[in-house]
Amino acid sequence: MAAPKNVNAPAGNRVSAPSAMRRYGSQLGIIGVGLAMWLVFIVAAPAVFTDIDIYLAFAQTSPQFGIIALALTFVVITGEIDLSFPSIMALGTAIFAITTSQFGLPWYVGLVGAFATGAACGLFNGFLVAKLNIPSLVITIGTSFLFRGAELVLMNGTGVPLTAEEYPEMHAIFREPLYGFPIQSFWMLILGIIAWTLLNRTRFGAHVFLVGDNPTSARLMGVNVVSVKMRAFTLVGLFAVFSGLMTSIYGYYFWPTTGEGFLLNTIASVFLGGTSVFGGTGSMVGTFVATYIIGAINAGVVSAGISAFYTQLVFGLVIVVSVVLQTIIERRVRGQSITGR
Amino acid sequence: MVPINAINTVPVIELKNASKTFGEVRAISGVNFKVNPGEIVGLLGDNGAGKSTMVKTIMGFHQPDPGGEVYFKGSKIHDWSVARARGLGIETVYQERALCEKQPIWRNMFMGRELRNSYGLLDVAGMRAEASRLMSEHMGFTSAAVHPDNMVATMSGGEKQGVAITRALYFEAELVVLDEPTMGLSLSETKKTLEFISNIKKAGRSAIFIDHNIFHVYPIVDRLYVLDRGKIAGVYSKDEITMDELIERLYRVARSGKLEE
Repeated sequence: MAAPKNVNAPAGNRVSAPSAMRRYGSQLGIIGVGLAMWLVFIVAAPAVFTDIDIYLAFAQTSPQFGIIALALTFVVITGEIDLSFPSIMALGTAIFAITTSQFGLPWYVGLVGAFATGAACGLFNGFLVAKLNIPSLVITIGTSFLFRGAELVLMNGTGVPLTAEEYPEMHAIFREPLYGFPIQSFWMLILGIIAWTLLNRTRFGAHVFLVGDNPTSARLMGVNVVSVKMRAFTLVGLFAVFSGLMTSIYGYYFWPTTGEGFLLNTIASVFLGGTSVFGGTGSMVGTFVATYIIGAINAGVVSAGISAFYTQLVFGLVIVVSVVLQTIIERRVRGQSITGR
Repeated sequence: MVPINAINTVPVIELKNASKTFGEVRAISGVNFKVNPGEIVGLLGDNGAGKSTMVKTIMGFHQPDPGGEVYFKGSKIHDWSVARARGLGIETVYQERALCEKQPIWRNMFMGRELRNSYGLLDVAGMRAEASRLMSEHMGFTSAAVHPDNMVATMSGGEKQGVAITRALYFEAELVVLDEPTMGLSLSETKKTLEFISNIKKAGRSAIFIDHNIFHVYPIVDRLYVLDRGKIAGVYSKDEITMDELIERLYRVARSGKLEE
């Protein structure tokens, strides 16, 4: 076993504690990417990026998909994926719209109905994936159509106005700034802290890592793999409904198409944040920062005076370069070759 | 010491008429098996004899087929599961080690039994400190040699086995099940592991020791079960049989399926 030859000198790398770079490499990396991008934007459009307005703008819009990314991080760490959350956003918000506008029930009843729907959808996904052992990539495409279809049938394809006069409480919760601070980012911060604590300081979070790393070992040591995965999917359902409500209130209107265009931003936030597609490793801080990077690209490219057609190009470049760098750095840390073979 | 009057002793664990079928394959069939307090029981058998299935049934990973019964300290257990077995004080060192290699040592040490503080949140600092202490005290790693934050994937085979064994030891188990614990270990690591198994007995606890190597098993056990094609072919107290006789009979059972002529 590794007995140091010279007690006074720190011996080979296995003997020392992993350095901060090793332990937090991917998190430091993503923060670095964020800072670098910010500098580029400041140099490219100083007038825009030294003004607070641009920050207020993407502090309102980024959490709309970022909140779901927080919950999706759990599912990805367990080694699964959920592609149905855009439809859950719509179905949950539709239940809110129907209970309040069609049945005239109070807003809080609508909220309970919406979140119950989100939880049920997530639980259903989790049941199919974990209990019946169906690949999540396949089955959540199926449930995505199922939930969207149910919503379209319920709404008959029409939307519902969500004005501040009719829904003052909802606007206070989801839209109006809190002492001048965009409330969307306030929620992102609160839910981010909750998600971080769940992942890093609870048994559920510990089991999420174990299940994603090696489900057989986890089962042998008494971890209930099925229950852990089902809870992770349920979390996505709940957070998706939160985001669906927030997004709809932000636009004063519930569109039956709510959630469309959210899929790639959300998944990109999780992967850009350093969570591994192979499961077992991931970072809530990474997802949080990556959300704002992706949000900033949207707002930044346009404000920097670059044609909006470039947005997706910049998007793609940042994501591809960051993920490639992250993967290579991680392999170097583990002492593997660059291609991992 | 062999408990001479086993009738008055309540076994720590007992399987009665336990069978386990996987589809068409009956891995173990009508097995009666028990471990008395303070006893080390050896389990011998060829590949495919059903040793691992038996271990996983004892550990709660498998439920015995209907008709089979599990008793813990004399009381029948109906809802047998890994969590239940660990809750009652049965820990296992699995052949496949059951580690999560992308996780740090401390997460592996406390897998499925994470320590929590009074708020119900994980006591991460406590688990790190305990992992560090256990590694240096029990597995003989110098305290600087292995840091609790090191990823298990970066460790050697012996060190990984050290984590698996230390984990079983930490929870002060009533019964430690060791499934081929010396597999893939160096000579000195094997010696250390065998010493560890002897220490279980000195501490007044029980163990089940499964190994291919009869030269490892025979010296430390009190009783021996020989498993053949899913059935118990024979049970011996060590004072009833010498190592040479045992080897002779194991050859015979491999050829003919019978221990005695």
